[in-house]
Amino acid sequence: MTDRRLFEHELEERLDRVLFASPSHRSITRLAQSLETLSRRQQDKVLHWAGVAAKTYAEIGYLLATLAPQAFELLDDDGFDAWVIAGLDAYDRQGLRPAMELLRDLEGFRAEREGRALARYADVEARLTRFVHGLSGRPLALRNVGSGNPAWTDTEILFLPDLLAERSSAEDNRRLFKATAALLWAQTRYGTFSVDIDAAIADLPDRPQALAWLTLLEAVRLDARIAQELPGLAREMAELRGPWPDGLAPALPRLQAATATVQDSLALLREFVAAGGVPPRLTFLGTLDPTAARRVRAERIAKETKVLRNALAALKGAGGRKQGGEAVLDIAPGEDGAMEIRVDGDVVALPPEAQAAAQALVQDLGELPPEALSPAGSGGWLPTDLAGPGTDLVNDRDADFRYDEWDYHRSAYRKGWCHVYEVEVKPGDADYVEEVGNRHRALISQIRRRFEAVRGEDRVLGRQPEGEEIDLDAQVDAHIDRRSGIEPSPRLFCRRIRNERSMAAMFMVDMSGSTKGWVNDAERESLIMLCEALEALGDDYAIYGFSGWTRTRCDIYRIKAFGDRYDDAVKRRIAGIEARDYTRMGVAIRHLTRLLAAQPVRHKLLVTLSDGRPDDFGDEYRGTYGIEDTRQALHEARRQGIRSYCVTIDRHGADYLKRMVGPAAYTVLDEVGKLPTKIADIYRRLTAN
Amino acid sequence: MDLLSPQLASIDDEPYYQPVGEEVGLFEAAAARRLPVLLKGPTGCGKTRFVEYMAWKLKRPLVTVACHDDLTTADLLGRYLIVGSETVWMDGPLTAAVRAGAICYLDEIVEARKDTTVVIHPLADSRRVLTVDKRGELLPAPDDFLLVISYNPGYQSILKEIKPSTRQRFIALEFDYPSAELEAQIVASEGGVDEALAKKLVKLGELTRNLKGQGLDEGASTRLLVHAAQIVSAGRTPIEAANAAIARALTDDPDMTQTLDDLVRAVF
Repeated sequence: MTDRRLFEHELEERLDRVLFASPSHRSITRLAQSLETLSRRQQDKVLHWAGVAAKTYAEIGYLLATLAPQAFELLDDDGFDAWVIAGLDAYDRQGLRPAMELLRDLEGFRAEREGRALARYADVEARLTRFVHGLSGRPLALRNVGSGNPAWTDTEILFLPDLLAERSSAEDNRRLFKATAALLWAQTRYGTFSVDIDAAIADLPDRPQALAWLTLLEAVRLDARIAQELPGLAREMAELRGPWPDGLAPALPRLQAATATVQDSLALLREFVAAGGVPPRLTFLGTLDPTAARRVRAERIAKETKVLRNALAALKGAGGRKQGGEAVLDIAPGEDGAMEIRVDGDVVALPPEAQAAAQALVQDLGELPPEALSPAGSGGWLPTDLAGPGTDLVNDRDADFRYDEWDYHRSAYRKGWCHVYEVEVKPGDADYVEEVGNRHRALISQIRRRFEAVRGEDRVLGRQPEGEEIDLDAQVDAHIDRRSGIEPSPRLFCRRIRNERSMAAMFMVDMSGSTKGWVNDAERESLIMLCEALEALGDDYAIYGFSGWTRTRCDIYRIKAFGDRYDDAVKRRIAGIEARDYTRMGVAIRHLTRLLAAQPVRHKLLVTLSDGRPDDFGDEYRGTYGIEDTRQALHEARRQGIRSYCVTIDRHGADYLKRMVGPAAYTVLDEVGKLPTKIADIYRRLTAN
Repeated sequence: MDLLSPQLASIDDEPYYQPVGEEVGLFEAAAARRLPVLLKGPTGCGKTRFVEYMAWKLKRPLVTVACHDDLTTADLLGRYLIVGSETVWMDGPLTAAVRAGAICYLDEIVEARKDTTVVIHPLADSRRVLTVDKRGELLPAPDDFLLVISYNPGYQSILKEIKPSTRQRFIALEFDYPSAELEAQIVASEGGVDEALAKKLVKLGELTRNLKGQGLDEGASTRLLVHAAQIVSAGRTPIEAANAAIARALTDDPDMTQTLDDLVRAVF
């Protein structure tokens, strides 16, 4: 009787009992259904563990029961127990989220249990991103697609699996990740998507099979292309893959020819499909999604074409003065997107963004299309991100300050557009700073030591060959030497080394909602590091936070004003920094610029800490408008003698930063955890003598 | 009172230099009109070599001063030395260059202390005089004297910028890394390696330059590529050479080192 399986209604009843605290919106019925097919022993296990887990935290009990059928497919009984216990352990030690992540990562758990050293996407992401960036020179982002899914690319993002456990060593699995990413990169680089694949295979009955053949044939072709330019990489990929299957032998000469294109693969594909075979499965091939790739590619080409045409129009507009008529534009396209452009016979250079666009077009199309080389006509271009309906909040208090905002559509300021309220941060936990100080004691003392060495102080160097004053000691010695017939030293002077820093720094901290959690913690910790460093250095500094909700409520939070001592009140305000609303950056920069400009020092530095692009609720601020306004605000600061520097935490790169702040004026950290350790070094480098 | 001024030598053998654009012609024009020249560009792209080449071409002696943050006016102008019971004036490199009608090249001028840049002001405009105040001497520069300074705009420190009052006295020539083909020629010729290896090194250079701003302050300079080639021609393997001369020279960051290792292995 005891080994009879429980039926759905029985399971439902028991689940209801063990998951007593379960939220009502969860469907216990569906859960019971999914457990019905398990054996009685398994069902008992699930009910037992779900009950135990639910006593700790109801959500974990529920998740465990939900994942149980899948878990039993991958794990044996002991494995199941170990998986649950690992999950509960993780909850005790690290909290809810890590526990849920661990439980969900069944594949990973199994691989580790079986002693296979797997490689995880999260561990290779940063390294691979840089590798691919190095290869391509244009931003290709990386994302993960969940475990078990094949890798693919839409020509802008390389989608890679969560983890790879195919090989026995972790190093080999990491190399497998690299090979996968490299092959996807090669698809975007060597024109796999340069033809309409959908149309080319439309008449073939079995589309998935046709795509599988194409993926394979393209892999052969791309491998040969990689071998030409990056032989080391090709060798590594070949080692992982082994020789091509014998069935492909007849196709090899054609695909490996230097002139082969995707058309050759498509032609051969028909032969293989006609022969009626099944494509052999090889490692790290991934899959193709020509429809998605085609759409993304078309959007990019349209965008790059527009950028290039606008740049040409601007060049043409700048010419035409010599003859008094319209400028004559001559374009001679060269290799790799390089081209020689002559306006009225003079060679001119394209601006960098247009050069990048031209290069991207060549990568996509093989050459520059004629339509991209005709300058945009007047009025032929409309901004794509049209202003949405503005959303204003009504505020009962009059603004402390009002600032203009730059509207790039109009190329003019909107007068008094942003309402600024200067408020104080609610003091936080008094022990926070001390706690962080204890945790990073070694780092802080290291930072203090290094900054004390930089501190500017007047020094007098004695016994110099040259200097403002005579060094009496040296003079007396020289006199004695001369009297006693010894040749006196010529070092008779002393020199004063003036080492004035005369520096004030303003730190502007992003307090938008997106910083909630890790980023906020990292910001607070890095501010503590900075304060320690700057106290050692003696530079005057201020810290302000910013956040807001539309243009009518831009809040600036005072954390430490210039001249404030780094005392308990400031420490408690740092502890009290919390994530709030949106990121309207331009106005915050303008307000803080005003405060900073009033400082009577020679060098003024504005450092912004943020976690992404400017953004505000409801209106057009996100996108180009916000970036242009921020850029303009930084220009204004620059005109007032203020240098600015952006530190941004943005895991997926930040393509807008170069435009927004200019080259050599920003750092992108791909990991939040690096901020506290890096921030002091960034400041030191910025203000190095 | 004695006056010591170092003897300046001319460059007899033609230094190897591959023109990238119109820089040779522009430099000659500036020299003919006695206008000072500012060279800007990333490190290791050939600025110093260019000046050597021009000094050889114009048949003038060359005085190079590598500027550093303790470089004082006295280091440039000269100083009194006490020799025995005598006081002797010793010309500094700038004064010596003015006396001899040489090219004076102040490399990485932003590294020098701010007050030192002021002494070059009267030399760099129509007055063309050097004031040696310690001697009460006003030294007019002969026609052959030419002042050349260089700096790297990629620096991020706000204390390392050329003041507009200084920079607006110069003819500015911008340098960048040469095109891939030209760079391969340079690497092959300077590094003593064959063209195939030179091309691979240039490819590696290009990949590292893609990473500028993504964790690298600068990509590999032409000079680094030449160094790698030289290490190869002295008998080491290309991977060893690229790791030592390029990857390790570019960064200390362990993550970045891994990426560079990946790129090195991809290319060779």
